[in-house]
Amino acid sequence: MVDFSIILAGFGGQGILSAGKMAAEAALYEGKEVSWFPSYGPEMRGGTANCSVVISDEPIGSPVVNDADVVICLNQPSMEKFEPVIKPGGILIIDSSLIHIKPTRDDIRFIPMNASEIANDLGNMAFATISMLGCLSKATGCFKRESFESALYEVLPERRHKLIPGNVEAFDRGAKFAD
Amino acid sequence: MAQKRVLMKGNEVIAEAALRAGCRNYFGYPITPQTEVMHYMAKKMVQIGGNFVQAESEVSAINMVYGAAAAGARAMTSSSSPGISLKQEGISYIAGAELPAVAVNIVRAGPGLGGILPSQGDYWQATKGGGHGDYRNLVIAPASVQELYELTVEAFNLADKYRMLVMILGDGTLGQMMEPVAFRDEEPIEKIEKPWAATGRGGRKTHNMITSIYIDPDELEAKNRELQEKYKYIEENEVRYEAYGLEDAEIVITAFSTCSRICKNVIRQAAEQGIKVGMIRPITLWPFPSKVIAEAAARDNVKAFLDIELSAGQMVEDVRLAVEGKKPVHFYGRMGGNLPTQKEILDKIIEIHNDPEGGKV
Repeated sequence: MVDFSIILAGFGGQGILSAGKMAAEAALYEGKEVSWFPSYGPEMRGGTANCSVVISDEPIGSPVVNDADVVICLNQPSMEKFEPVIKPGGILIIDSSLIHIKPTRDDIRFIPMNASEIANDLGNMAFATISMLGCLSKATGCFKRESFESALYEVLPERRHKLIPGNVEAFDRGAKFAD
Repeated sequence: MAQKRVLMKGNEVIAEAALRAGCRNYFGYPITPQTEVMHYMAKKMVQIGGNFVQAESEVSAINMVYGAAAAGARAMTSSSSPGISLKQEGISYIAGAELPAVAVNIVRAGPGLGGILPSQGDYWQATKGGGHGDYRNLVIAPASVQELYELTVEAFNLADKYRMLVMILGDGTLGQMMEPVAFRDEEPIEKIEKPWAATGRGGRKTHNMITSIYIDPDELEAKNRELQEKYKYIEENEVRYEAYGLEDAEIVITAFSTCSRICKNVIRQAAEQGIKVGMIRPITLWPFPSKVIAEAAARDNVKAFLDIELSAGQMVEDVRLAVEGKKPVHFYGRMGGNLPTQKEILDKIIEIHNDPEGGKV
């Protein structure tokens, strides 16, 4: 895998940047090269947030993604902005609880999933992005479920380890959409 | 021994590296995109009993660095472009007084207040002396978070060794990105005696004097000659760069920091199309790796150079000086906080491949 690139995008506060970091942490746990780059422009305040994650077996070139293998969207403006940058044959994963439009392209794989509903069902809205990471993992193999879980134990302080089973549950529910 | 790799933000790694290098004096003023350096320092410096001051301005912060350095301590400040402009007077005084210090510039796009996104438009300011007088700063341009760590530690050693300001020149991309970094168990800190420091008279007969004022022209000229001798020595001994693919490259890319990373991807893509591209990545921007560029220019296989920057073309002037007209030097840059895409650079490479002499700078 060389420079496998992911863009996560949505509103500020949806946990976009954290989810991107967890994807990078999971891949790092497997010994891969990773980079994470946030949008840090003024648009972050109350507006959209996005980050680029690159996973690679080799040293990473640019951390800034122009053409993405996978785009994960949690709001409509993000989908409109980032659908065009998906590589042909790439994947678009959206939270269909929040986005009600269809993609305009037919050369990509489209995976709508009701991520916010899953999160609501599990009682923690932060799990929406996590369920989408499950879908990402299953659909592409860019990191394994086990790595995600192990990375959580490494990254989260112990007092927050009680959240991990919920995260994994959300991850697994999201993974089903990749089948 | 290296520790396990952890995912960290570039700005935070700069601060962590400084602390590991024994820096116990940080003075700064917040500005995007480098504020995380301050955040990290604000939290950690206090825990280890060092001095952290959020100064009332950048001018004040650099003069606090002057004071701490004059007392023999390892001191640092960090900022981004407009803030670094404000520090230039102090940087010139530090050069004149020959004080060791580290300054970090996480460059954003200018001129003026500009924007907050990445740029390399401060190359001239950093390498040609942004303040007044005949002086140099040693300028280091890391290209990864791991390099930010290693070269920031090294910056403190070099500053002490040469009694001068060492500038870490990054950009918004490098400061804001996260990458794995493996810290060492022990840092290679060079303990250098500072008998010149203003630490009180102690057992000495006379007190030490730190100044940059020399009213007598002959004295001042002698001081300048001393400085130039030092700079010459550094030019001969401290040049660092990464070079690859020169032995069979048709086109040699020159790029530093963030740009060099984008170019790495493009070089792979060019090879797939049968175009051999090599790269010279300056790690020290001053002293500049002129010799390796001159050697590449003299090679028969090298037909042209392509300089890539996040500016209108600043380092390209140093590349042209080193090439000395032996080969055409082309340029491609983006401004305003935009980064060149791989496709833009690849298109430029194909254009040069088809016509090495056309459209050169």
